[in-house]
Amino acid sequence: MKILLGVGGSELSYQALTETLDRVAETGDELTVAVFDNEDNDADLEAVQQRIQERIDESGLEPPLRRVEGTSPGSELVNIAESEGFDRIVLGGGGRSPLGKIQLGPIVEFVLLNAQTPVTLIR
Amino acid sequence: MTRTYPDEPAEEFPQPPRTITDREDRSIDVIPADDADTESLVEMYLDFDPADRAQGIPPVKEEAIREWLDTILDGDCVNVVAKHDDTVAGHATLVPDNEDEHELAIFVLQAYQGAGIGTALVETLLGQGQSKGIDHVWLTVERWNDPAISLYEKVGFEISSAESFEIEMAIRI
Repeated sequence: MKILLGVGGSELSYQALTETLDRVAETGDELTVAVFDNEDNDADLEAVQQRIQERIDESGLEPPLRRVEGTSPGSELVNIAESEGFDRIVLGGGGRSPLGKIQLGPIVEFVLLNAQTPVTLIR
Repeated sequence: MTRTYPDEPAEEFPQPPRTITDREDRSIDVIPADDADTESLVEMYLDFDPADRAQGIPPVKEEAIREWLDTILDGDCVNVVAKHDDTVAGHATLVPDNEDEHELAIFVLQAYQGAGIGTALVETLLGQGQSKGIDHVWLTVERWNDPAISLYEKVGFEISSAESFEIEMAIRI
């Protein structure tokens, strides 16, 4: 299976990265990691990419790491998945409000609503 | 997160304790609550209809209910409950976020819904919030939940964002 994992630099997105790397190590799925700029975090794209690369290196796997360009990462992720024949998009998300309500950010929401590809939300 | 609040603060809300007669002629006490009320609240949430959950709360299992209550009954939160005799029929809470604003939620047991208890709970909670110097309150509500949205609008909440799955509403008190 061809998996497109989007990582935007939130803690939940790093958790999704770790879980997906663990899983891919078992299944042998063909993973691509796409780093995107999530305006909800302060970290810059360069730092996010570096942290992702460290996690990937620790895993011993060698999935390609690419950047999602443009101002609408959700739309671009959907576009990449469709145009390049990915079987699944994986994203981390669903953080909690102070009261404990699960909340989806705008990028996750866009992908869930618009992708023609199955989407896995890791939360 | 920057949130749009109504320009004008709302009027003064009633303070707890108060006793109301609901539309089913039941006498309901609306009183402040804190961690001393944990057990009666656990009982209420164990009775809570899972179909009435919203955005993952309240949790379903007792252990998770206790963990969640532990957070929202903390000293810096504001809580009121609606009691019918010894039964906790409803609960409303204000929980601070990182911006000195407060998130609101209310829960009413199914057998007590549609009788005006939710409105009394929200108004009394906001009254208790005012007495504690809280001035910015927000909430999220699922966009299909018309009864809840009209309740919040009646109390004075205005929609601050409707771009997402949930509608966000805010009030200045």
